[in-house]
Amino acid sequence: MHVKMVVGRYAPDRKLDGELGAPYPPPYSDKPRKTYQTFEIDLHDEAMVLDGLIHIREYVDESLVVRCSCRCAICGSCAMWINGHAKLACTTKMKDVLENGTVRVESPPSMMPVRDLVWDMGPFMQKMRSVKPWLEGKPVSPDEEYRVPNEAMDELVQEVSCISCGACLMDCESYAVNDKFLGPHALARAYRYANDPRDSMQQERLKEYSDPNGVWDCTHCYECVHVCPKGVAPLEQILKIRQMSVAAGYTNNAGTRHALAFAESVRGSGRLNELTLMPKSLGLFNIKAQLQSLPSAFNLLRAGKLPPIIHHKIPGVTRVKAIFKKVGGPLT
Amino acid sequence: MIIDYDVLVLGAGLAGMRSALEAKRRGASVGVISKVHPLRSHSGAAEGGINAALDPGDSWEIHAFDTIKGSDYLADQDAVEIMCREAPRDLIEMEHMGVVFFRGPDGKLGTRAFGGASKARTYFVADITGQALLNALYDTILKEDVKTHDEWFATALYVPDGTCRGAVAIDMLRGELHLLRAKAVILAAGGMGRVYEPSTNALICTGDGHALAYRAGAPLMDMEMVQYHPTTLKGTGFLMTEGARGEGAYLTNKDGERFMQRYAPKMMELASRDVVSRSETIELAEGRGVDGCVYLDLRHLGAELIHKKLPQIHEIALNFLGLDMVEVPIPIRPGMHYIMGGVKTDSDGATPLPGLYAAGECACVSVHGGNRLGANSLLDTLVFGRRSGAHMADYVKNVKPLATGEEFLKSETQRIQALLDRPYKGETHARLRLELGTLMDDKVGVYRDEAGLQDALAKVRAIRTRAQSVSVQDKGRIYNQALLFALELDYMIDCAEATIVSAIERKESRGAQSRTDYPKRDDANWLKHVLVTRSADGTPKISYQPVTITKWQPMERTY
Repeated sequence: MHVKMVVGRYAPDRKLDGELGAPYPPPYSDKPRKTYQTFEIDLHDEAMVLDGLIHIREYVDESLVVRCSCRCAICGSCAMWINGHAKLACTTKMKDVLENGTVRVESPPSMMPVRDLVWDMGPFMQKMRSVKPWLEGKPVSPDEEYRVPNEAMDELVQEVSCISCGACLMDCESYAVNDKFLGPHALARAYRYANDPRDSMQQERLKEYSDPNGVWDCTHCYECVHVCPKGVAPLEQILKIRQMSVAAGYTNNAGTRHALAFAESVRGSGRLNELTLMPKSLGLFNIKAQLQSLPSAFNLLRAGKLPPIIHHKIPGVTRVKAIFKKVGGPLT
Repeated sequence: MIIDYDVLVLGAGLAGMRSALEAKRRGASVGVISKVHPLRSHSGAAEGGINAALDPGDSWEIHAFDTIKGSDYLADQDAVEIMCREAPRDLIEMEHMGVVFFRGPDGKLGTRAFGGASKARTYFVADITGQALLNALYDTILKEDVKTHDEWFATALYVPDGTCRGAVAIDMLRGELHLLRAKAVILAAGGMGRVYEPSTNALICTGDGHALAYRAGAPLMDMEMVQYHPTTLKGTGFLMTEGARGEGAYLTNKDGERFMQRYAPKMMELASRDVVSRSETIELAEGRGVDGCVYLDLRHLGAELIHKKLPQIHEIALNFLGLDMVEVPIPIRPGMHYIMGGVKTDSDGATPLPGLYAAGECACVSVHGGNRLGANSLLDTLVFGRRSGAHMADYVKNVKPLATGEEFLKSETQRIQALLDRPYKGETHARLRLELGTLMDDKVGVYRDEAGLQDALAKVRAIRTRAQSVSVQDKGRIYNQALLFALELDYMIDCAEATIVSAIERKESRGAQSRTDYPKRDDANWLKHVLVTRSADGTPKISYQPVTITKWQPMERTY
């Protein structure tokens, strides 16, 4: 199989051959520009993208730098952008990503590049650390294991399969606009400890993860679920923390209020009342935050995004109410 | 720059992190360097589980006997006793750190069967046990604030006046060399799998710890004992966990026959790894394989068990061969997996070189002897990682700080610069690495003989000469991987040479060493360890050490 690999290259201390890429648009405009160099190579038909990169590194251009170790999605080293999406190079089949015989690989614009395909893991790992990803164990005899049902352990294995490759954060839509957002990886790990029956800090954790930049800052774009190579489905873990923290009474935050206002509006009228959603989410008496949202509101108006002033119920709204009743929960 | 610690840990896999944690808890200042981020360490690739005699129906003595029998009586029995006695405690400790071990119906830890073990004593998390342990230990390192220098690569140990006092390392991200000065240094750098091609090991397993110790004058022991895992995937050589057979999978040949009945009628597929790998090699040699492989057949286990307990190998076979093990048998062959040999240590991890310790795969205590039992390696990393951490914390109390080292850092910097400045003459690290690996797999694999070994030795020495002219074609400072690969190649050549001379020396068949010219075990002459030390002119020097026997006299080994 003949392949053209367009590789995004970057070396802070050297000038590189190739075509200089365009500057990134916001929100990535602070990231350095990369040079794109094309390598034409021959690979066997079942080769992975990583096989191509290793081939280049070993036999074409020794200065190409790529992190990799296990080559089978265990070590988590080789997450990168392949045709503009986060993927592990080691388990992405070349033939599946070729477009006209070409594939483009680069370090993701959401991360600071170190060199070529190597990006700075610092912020990613720091986020994980900030959720206190360790067991604060309940008292137990030093000679005996905790007695817990296997189902409780099994429930956590999904997250424990996480190899911290960073793909989810790379393509996270919320992280793109708010670099303080803890992100899918860290929050999935947060769930793993918050729902561990052996942990003694569950309440503190749930409260902390509900704070700004926590679970409620996720926009459910499902990108993390889509790109995760290990089936961790970080969004699912985030939603579980939300449910746990609401159930535990940590509802005094914009996220919970937003969710409740959303549901209330739909239950009452069968549709979303956008005019009241924002004030209710921010808090009806939180004048400061409401004033801060005015510029966005004006922008929306200017773009013709005007919600109806008078909010009508949809026909058959009683059936919507019946659905709520059937589902149960705080609004029934 | 010069950075001072009491204890310097080289490597951040399970052994390294466990020893760092222990030394820190006991009051030492600890620095860890690792050439990859700790979570990328190869400990994470261990799939099947970790052994401990925890069940009331089991005992440490039975575990010890299984281990010693598995080792073909080459393991030092005092060390094995320590490991098996302390195993339950280390297992429980990891559980308390948060490892989500599989449970039985009573909520207590549950087991699976494993090769060479007379009881089911392997504790596990699906088929990602190593990763689960690595994650939990890393999380604890974060909790207890152990300092790690990620992506730092050690180029040499600092050994002034016959005592190990630190190491020089390259900070890959910034491209700078630093001297990490310490009162004690522990090598926890993992295995040397990449000396073989193919191997189940990750690309980072290049025998750095073995070679650093060897160059500093510490002896390597049992280096001929290279484990071939019976079930590695066709082509890529990825590991298909022994846990699969532990859960009941069959090994079959091209006729669909469970051929292990002819080699190990009692234990069948769960005989020791050396036995199973040899059996497979015979099947292949006698024409009962297909395309150089026999089969691992899991179909009768059912989709649910496979998805629940063996999800990772299911995914790997699907990704790399396009085969679904629920539906079809998976082609596998024996492949290089583990080195039982390593830097000689006592049961506290101390090497004969004062100030230098070793633990994990790069160490040889020796608890694995001629053949390691599956699920004993994770145990080895934790028990001896912890013990060496504790011992170092004590040892450093009586060591005075050092003010020297500038000169050594300067000379290392010059050596590295000379390597970078070397002109291109056509030799590349990649070609030599491949040549070395295929040579080792060909001549120093499951079966060996004098002619092949001598041939391999001559060729490795030729590769060493050629490696002197390998140039680094990347002239960048930041994250210069080509430089790292060139340095690793030198390490790998040291390991290969030590392995071959030891294999030539041992004129018998024991454990993983199967000599077709000496097919029998010879306790009268060879119930002893082979040690290799580097002499002043760089050539390997052989010496011996008796095997410690406590209560288990060598017997004939059948499964």
